[in-house]
Amino acid sequence: MIGNFVTTRFNYILGWARKYSLFHYPFITACCGMEYMSTAASHFDWDRFGTGWTRFSPRQSDMLVVCGTISHKLAPVLRTVYDQMTEPKWVMAFGTCAVSGGIYDNYAVVQGSDRIIPVDVYIPGCPPRPETVLDGLIKLQEKIQKQEQEWRWKKRK
Amino acid sequence: MEKKKVIEELKQKFSEKIKGVPVQLGDEILLIERDSLLDIVQFLKDKPYSYSMLLDLTCVDYKGQEPRFEMVYHLYSIPNVQRLRIKVSLSEKDLRIDSLASLWKNANWLEREVFDMFGVDFKGHPDLKRIFMYDGFEGYPLRKDYPLRKRQPRIQLRK
Repeated sequence: MIGNFVTTRFNYILGWARKYSLFHYPFITACCGMEYMSTAASHFDWDRFGTGWTRFSPRQSDMLVVCGTISHKLAPVLRTVYDQMTEPKWVMAFGTCAVSGGIYDNYAVVQGSDRIIPVDVYIPGCPPRPETVLDGLIKLQEKIQKQEQEWRWKKRK
Repeated sequence: MEKKKVIEELKQKFSEKIKGVPVQLGDEILLIERDSLLDIVQFLKDKPYSYSMLLDLTCVDYKGQEPRFEMVYHLYSIPNVQRLRIKVSLSEKDLRIDSLASLWKNANWLEREVFDMFGVDFKGHPDLKRIFMYDGFEGYPLRKDYPLRKRQPRIQLRK
């Protein structure tokens, strides 16, 4: 009885800690980067939600912000960056191109970054307003809070 | 120097090599034979015409017509403040043209782009290899007969 209580509370605290310390890696390839910058910088300041640390190394980051068009030429790079991130990790598809390929339905562009890596939250918009991004971030944090907090990582497909 | 005068002098010097000078939206277009491209462009680049700047170089696919392809060159003359458009028709069976990389450095990459996207072979190019697409990509994506939804991924895609 008390054991169960401790486990659930621990799970909750771990989720709380994880959702408010999202070190993120910006994978910026296109104009959505401008909107990423304004969201991250002082006007909209997503550090208020605990996403302040920008890590330019995938090995130190928890959230991958796929921000912009992903071409087929770039796809292996994105996969490598994702594979280099340590668990636990989450992926944010930022903007229409990262969500579905957007207007670029042609030979060069991957139709959505979820064709390469698993995506946790999709933020539509071309580019999305910073308010939309913050809304998506809050939704991701709710998801992290509710998730089962795993210790030993299963191999993701 | 007036552009009309430039074209008159060109017509005198390369009379049989110029197929026509149609006017489109107020701009003269120089239609020339393929084998005289280097001579005409060199002539225009020298003084007093001084078309010393290659603004752009590209290709158009007119599928279903013969000749199918058309190379388009845009030149700019800084002292005369003039632009000039030159077009060369290329048939699909013999898709080759002289390279301008010896005259302009930027023609090097522009021609590599046309080579990558249309498959035009540039004679005399110092390093004709693809510039945009990745190794193993088959076909020429900007040709009209390239399938619209054809994808050639480099890695296994999910789903």
